[in-house]
Amino acid sequence: MTDLPAHGAHPPGFAHQFENMQQQREASSLGMWVFLVTEILFFGGMFTAYIVYRLLHYESFVTGSHLLEVKFGATNTYVLIASSLTMALAIRSAQTGKRKGQIIFWLILTMFFGALFLGLKFTFEWRHDYIEHIMPGFGFQYRPEWGSLGPEVQMFMCFYFFMTGLHALHMIVGLGILTVLVIMTARNKFSPEYYAPLEISGLYWHFVDIVWIFLFALLYLIGGRY
Amino acid sequence: MSTANAGAHDAPPESGVNYLNANYGIRSWLLTTDHKRIGLMYLVSITVMFALGGMAAVLMRLHLIEPQGALVEPETYNKLFSIHGIIMVFFFLVPSIPATLGNFLIPMMIGARDVAFPKLNLLSWYVFITGALLALFGIVSGGVDTGWTFYPPYSSLYSQTHVVPVALGVFIAGFSSILTGLNFIVTIHKMRAPGMTWFRLPLFIWALYGTSLIFVLGTPVIAITVFLLALERLLHVGIFDPAVGGDPLLFQHMFWFYSHPAVYIMILPSMGVVSELITAFSRKRIFGYTFVAFSSMGIAVISFVVWGHHMFVTGQSIYAGLVFSVLSFLVAIPSAIKVFNWTATLYKGSISYQAPMLYALGFIGLFTMGGLTGLFLAALATDVHLNGTYFIVAHFHYIMVGGALMGYLGGIHFWWPKMTGRLYPDYWARVAAVVIFIGFNLTFFPQFVLGYLGMPRRYAVYPAEFQVLNVMSSAGASVLAVGYAIPLVYLIWSLRYGKPAGPNPWGAKGLEWTTASPPPTSNFLAPVVVTEGAYNYAGTEGSHD
Amino acid sequence: MSEHSEITGHAVHVVPVRTYLLVFFALMAGTALTTAVAYIDLGRWNTVVALAIAVTKMTLVILFFMHVKYATGLTRIVILCGFFWLAIMVALTLSDELTRVWEINPSGWNALFPLVSRLF
Repeated sequence: MTDLPAHGAHPPGFAHQFENMQQQREASSLGMWVFLVTEILFFGGMFTAYIVYRLLHYESFVTGSHLLEVKFGATNTYVLIASSLTMALAIRSAQTGKRKGQIIFWLILTMFFGALFLGLKFTFEWRHDYIEHIMPGFGFQYRPEWGSLGPEVQMFMCFYFFMTGLHALHMIVGLGILTVLVIMTARNKFSPEYYAPLEISGLYWHFVDIVWIFLFALLYLIGGRY
Repeated sequence: MSTANAGAHDAPPESGVNYLNANYGIRSWLLTTDHKRIGLMYLVSITVMFALGGMAAVLMRLHLIEPQGALVEPETYNKLFSIHGIIMVFFFLVPSIPATLGNFLIPMMIGARDVAFPKLNLLSWYVFITGALLALFGIVSGGVDTGWTFYPPYSSLYSQTHVVPVALGVFIAGFSSILTGLNFIVTIHKMRAPGMTWFRLPLFIWALYGTSLIFVLGTPVIAITVFLLALERLLHVGIFDPAVGGDPLLFQHMFWFYSHPAVYIMILPSMGVVSELITAFSRKRIFGYTFVAFSSMGIAVISFVVWGHHMFVTGQSIYAGLVFSVLSFLVAIPSAIKVFNWTATLYKGSISYQAPMLYALGFIGLFTMGGLTGLFLAALATDVHLNGTYFIVAHFHYIMVGGALMGYLGGIHFWWPKMTGRLYPDYWARVAAVVIFIGFNLTFFPQFVLGYLGMPRRYAVYPAEFQVLNVMSSAGASVLAVGYAIPLVYLIWSLRYGKPAGPNPWGAKGLEWTTASPPPTSNFLAPVVVTEGAYNYAGTEGSHD
Repeated sequence: MSEHSEITGHAVHVVPVRTYLLVFFALMAGTALTTAVAYIDLGRWNTVVALAIAVTKMTLVILFFMHVKYATGLTRIVILCGFFWLAIMVALTLSDELTRVWEINPSGWNALFPLVSRLF
């Protein structure tokens, strides 16, 4: 395309619909934040439904919540918080011009924590729930101690699986994004002048962490454990 | 026909290379990141969807010629109105102006080379096509009979139709609009040319900015709602099933949280188009620019707090009903502000009646009627009588067809020379506009009367005393169909035989008119610097910022 | 202006590692606290405390890990809009769900303010 001015001075990663790197950086950041707002509303829809049913069927939700093991929820919360720290450190490494090996180290550690989260969830929580017949749609069985609240307890378990399932899906996508970032870093794409993909992926990762913070508090701790 | 070239101050000599002929071959289109080509791809796609949705409507109107139904079984009729609604709402009206004219024009109107994220733009088209194909698969497999509103527990527990693929098709198409809205918001914030301040933007941009806010804030909610519905149906669990403690009204709350703002997604861009058309064809600055700009924001924001007016008779609490009723009256105000300002713009303007202007004038009249009848429905007491009747059908068709669709057609005609480099025959365009106006009123005005007299909507049969009005409506529909067919003919004809258009066949103000028709791929050959406000027509009084 | 900000256009704030670590420990402590409090009977305050801690943790992540403390006004407005819109959805939905009168002839407070009888 010859009708653009000569642009030899533009750094790698520059996209030509923009005028300069600052505009590009501001646009990518705004774009990711707008996307996160859509995610707030997306998860928010389920949170809204959850709030309504928790207010209308509190006893059933307490019963359902007690079916979940706090130790797994809490451990997973610690794991995700650690992954947010390592993600922040990965971005900081790129920002301060560290060697790509260091950036990759933090990214891989983040992926490790993410995979650990998913591993704990699927093997110790979901598998256990399936075996115990409290996974809705997959052989769910009412327990006599629930009395007439049986259907509503199943409703709680639906919300548990849908909400944590949607969250887990976002984690899996996040792991995919991190893989791409590792590859990009290995190919020397990033520098203190250009690390926007790392930064905006970090925003996504932290958002998914925040969602889990609320899921833990709202799903595992209803009605207390006293 | 006005052919003044005023304003084309830096249109370069024609080099013959433009965005249409810069590259050839199917791959250069399917892998394009040029917002103009993507806009055209959307144009073709939604025209196909409009034809499909229109066919369903034709079958419905033919069926309703007789009180006991003239054409299909009741079960089929239920599928027809459902398919008509789903296709027209989700696959035609919601993307219509934003994805076609918005994609094409926004970068040009703000002096940018492209949108902020061109690859996301292309992705949005593919996502739209995927959603449309999935929904069409569901339709071809037998369709759905739940209405476009998919209310449970019927849609989740009892309907024997293909709810899941159609609902998931809608779910996927929703992501297409989210991507479009996101792209527009970032583009408008960050990529305006030097000197293009917020209050120098064309009002079309303000309208699309408001629309994009709704895309981004509302669509995720219907996505999750439809997703929950699909899960409920697939796993045979009850989320909205009263037997297990669920609340069907919760679905309705979540559904309408998006779907009410969605109707503003459908009308706001048309209002933006009308602002452009009224100014160009009265050769006058818009009256009350700031009011019109802020009214777009007002509509976008207030639209989110009125959704309960769709649920007045569903068992919603009376207290919530009161709140929603008051807020629904409030949302009429910004729309009224626009109508007043357009009218004041026309006053003492130098008015010409080319086809785009006819559509704009038709919009003002028909939208006003549709909007005012909305107030009847916002009042709780009258809504009890009118809800579920043809009054509602007429109300929203006046706005969606008499308003949104006419704005869309006006915009297509106005910017056709810019997009294609060709002029269409204005005589036939005006004939079509008049035929559409007449056909539209003949189709839908009788429905106001029918609804008031008590004819329910979504029924395959009706009492015999309503037949005359129904036949009138069906006759109008056939006129309307002819009216829609005419532009299809001459617009396609113009692609090959139309007179070549110059950069500014209408003599209009706006950055898009300063480039060649069709524009070069990068839109502007020289860097753009803006020094004047919008609609700076010669002879208009007042200072400009 | 340093050469770095000349290229990038404005000074980019680099958060010290110490800050990140402090936030990390605060988040871990918050998690431990919220778990521990769940085992103490505070009645309906359990939920309030759990939510308060969750909101605090979220705020820390947003301000420091997501760099919003150093971000522009536009970013903050965008974030606030997201939460505000969610609040609209929850509040107006609850305005219906919590105020439905189930009795045929409600008396006393329940006639005027159904919400009252539901909460107390």
